[in-house]
Amino acid sequence: MSKDVLIAARDLSVHFPLRGLAFGERPVVRACEGINIELEKGSFFGLVGESGSGKTTLGRAMLKAAPISHGEIVYSDSEVTYDLGSLKGAELKEYRKRAQLIFQDPYAALSPRMTVRDIIAEPLEVMGLTSSRDETDARVRAIAAKCRLNLEHLRRFPHAFSGGQRQRISIARALVSDPKFIVADESVAALDVSIQADVLNLLNSIQAESGITFLFISHDLSVIAHTCDFVAVMYLGQIVESAPTRKLFSETAHPYTRALLSAIPSLDPDVRGHAQKLEGEIPSPINPPPGCRFNTRCPHAQERCRSEVPEWREMSSGHHVACHFSEELSAALGS
Amino acid sequence: MTKPLISVKDLTLRFKTDEGLVTAVNNVSFDIAPGEVLGLVGESGSGKSVTAKSLMMLNAENSVYDDNSSITLNVDDQDFDVLSLRRPKDQMIVRGGAISMIFQEPMASFAPAITIGDQMVEQLLIHSDMTAVQAKEVSIEMLTRVGIPVPAQRFGQYAFEFSGGMRQRAMIAMALSTKPRLLIADEPTTALDVTIQAQVIELMKDLVEEFHMSILFITHDLGVIAQTADRVAVMYLGNLVETGTVRQVINSPAHPYTRGLLNSLPKLDDLEAPLTPVPGDIPSPLDRPSGCVFHTRCVESSAIAEKCRTEIPGYTTDSANHQVACHLATQGEQS
Ligand SMILES: Nc1ncnc2c1ncn2[C@@H]1O[C@H](COP(=O)(O)OP(=O)(O)OP(=O)(O)O)[C@@H](O)[C@H]1O
Ligand SMILES: Nc1ncnc2c1ncn2[C@@H]1O[C@H](COP(=O)(O)OP(=O)(O)O)[C@@H](O)[C@H]1O
Ligand code: SF4
Ligand code: SF4
Ligand SMILES: [Mg+2]
Ligand SMILES: [Mg+2]
Repeated sequence: MSKDVLIAARDLSVHFPLRGLAFGERPVVRACEGINIELEKGSFFGLVGESGSGKTTLGRAMLKAAPISHGEIVYSDSEVTYDLGSLKGAELKEYRKRAQLIFQDPYAALSPRMTVRDIIAEPLEVMGLTSSRDETDARVRAIAAKCRLNLEHLRRFPHAFSGGQRQRISIARALVSDPKFIVADESVAALDVSIQADVLNLLNSIQAESGITFLFISHDLSVIAHTCDFVAVMYLGQIVESAPTRKLFSETAHPYTRALLSAIPSLDPDVRGHAQKLEGEIPSPINPPPGCRFNTRCPHAQERCRSEVPEWREMSSGHHVACHFSEELSAALGS
Repeated sequence: MTKPLISVKDLTLRFKTDEGLVTAVNNVSFDIAPGEVLGLVGESGSGKSVTAKSLMMLNAENSVYDDNSSITLNVDDQDFDVLSLRRPKDQMIVRGGAISMIFQEPMASFAPAITIGDQMVEQLLIHSDMTAVQAKEVSIEMLTRVGIPVPAQRFGQYAFEFSGGMRQRAMIAMALSTKPRLLIADEPTTALDVTIQAQVIELMKDLVEEFHMSILFITHDLGVIAQTADRVAVMYLGNLVETGTVRQVINSPAHPYTRGLLNSLPKLDDLEAPLTPVPGDIPSPLDRPSGCVFHTRCVESSAIAEKCRTEIPGYTTDSANHQVACHLATQGEQS
């Protein structure tokens, strides 16, 4: 592993067997298949894709909360190196401190019977990271202040908070064990635009201050574009394109990325109806289409796409894509 | 000028609650012309859904309308005073007759144990004098119109057997099968992926043209508004703070709150632009600010802070179309 990568997935697959079928071959949900990504230390790495594309599953696998069916995930900071597939016991406990999750739904994630102080303190207590109540309180207060929650807030129960405040509580809880790696799963999806802007600014400033590496999961490309330095686009369990943010937007190489981009409604009332219509919906991950998984919806699909799996290749430095015809299409369509 | 299809005047609606009377909609007036799409935007809790439900008398039992509130529906040159329609029989004109509503969560609008087809047919039997055979034909035709593949087969399926996007389409099909004059679409795409959202928006635009319907399009997504609406109304804490054509409101917003919403949006054509949230939280409707309802969060009021805190701003009158409730705007008009 090169020196500046914190966590990398190599040829990673996550399959979930389906229960309850008595005979025949047991079908599996191929939630992630053949994933290759590297998260550089201190980067804000965005993962985008439609619902059901496998974003949460990939995030969970990187937290060792989903089974690794094939391939590997390697985590390496300045102190430890872990192969997540075989991680257990004391090392797994140690990894839980270093890698944290900010929940998709702060409403469901927060226990209504705990005060905000207790919610934030829980990871410290469960992991035995502090030796006295005073020390715990001091840690909680310091983190809460960073997330703009005051002492008054800490005494209250989460139901009394707005969506944005609840999200800040979830963030404080994820930060309190001093992690090196955070997975933020749809952390702003349920929020109003103004509160969303506030939470995004908070995450960006935490990242700039602490150097924590973020995997930021969102289905909203414009949010990703503003927040992340690197983006991976996921479709039906696979990464189809990944690049530094700017490059992804200026040199878009995969037809799916292009479709996602054009589907974002423009703020200009005079630019209407420019969405490149993507027909149909994402197929089932139990029986993904053969060849390129996008071939059932791709406007440029050809015979070869239906039989031959496109190779995951580097088009230019840091820019990877899985499409047979990226170069031809870029030349024909522009980016 | 043609007569508006629906005309809302001085609508004020309060809810009786244990904590007292909560004002959800305050002095709201707007018209929707035949064939016009009015976009209604605002943060969650601002009163969009309550306003929409008023048009169909669908608000909860604990709602109280102020005496001078009026909603007039004009169908076939006949005026209906919606708020005075007390008997269920009279309300048929608005419930699923002249007005149809589609909701954010389509699952909630279909009964889980009845097939989609039977629900569509039942609706048509109530609201028209079709026979069951005709109703089935029309329902299948509508499912075809909204792009549901193999509609005759889908007709016999249940809502849970549909994907999110298909459910939303089926709901649109059901809402349109009675050929309403006004379609109320309450966050119809919020729960959908952008690619599916683009399909649904396209579909709704086609249908407006085909059936010459009006739409009240509720969303908190200004991009969606820019792509769909002819005119826009911006709601804050139960008040309409700005109303105008889509170009006026999006390209030259005149109310500080509208500007605030636009400044919090991530913009794809300018990744460097900072996200500037509207400061502070939306006040509780139990504790409505005096004077201008927005004064607790307004960043533009410093020069006239006292006036903003004590005097309720009226609407500007300079242009027939662009109305703004802000002292800065009304002052500008006088000078
Ligand atoms: N424990 C599980 N058992 C079976 N299938 C699963 C399991 N977890 C996820 N899946 C399936 O794996 C696929 C990917 O799911 P995942 O939750 O990772 O998607 P996502 O990209 O996060 O979607 P969303 O945007 O809706 O959150 C889906 O088809 C899902 O139904
Ligand atoms: N039945 C009810 N009783 C009391 N308050 C209600 C009721 N229905 C809605 N409200 C309140 O009215 C306000 C506006 O709600 P709503 O129209 O649903 O907002 P929006 O659709 O803009 O998110 C909110 O403060 C909400 O809590
Ligand atoms: S490989 Fe073929 S089907 Fe897949 S994205 Fe490229 S052109 Fe489309
Ligand atoms: S009236 Fe005053 S507080 Fe209200 S929006 Fe205008 S400047 Fe701001
Ligand atoms: Mg998810
Ligand atoms: Mg609502």
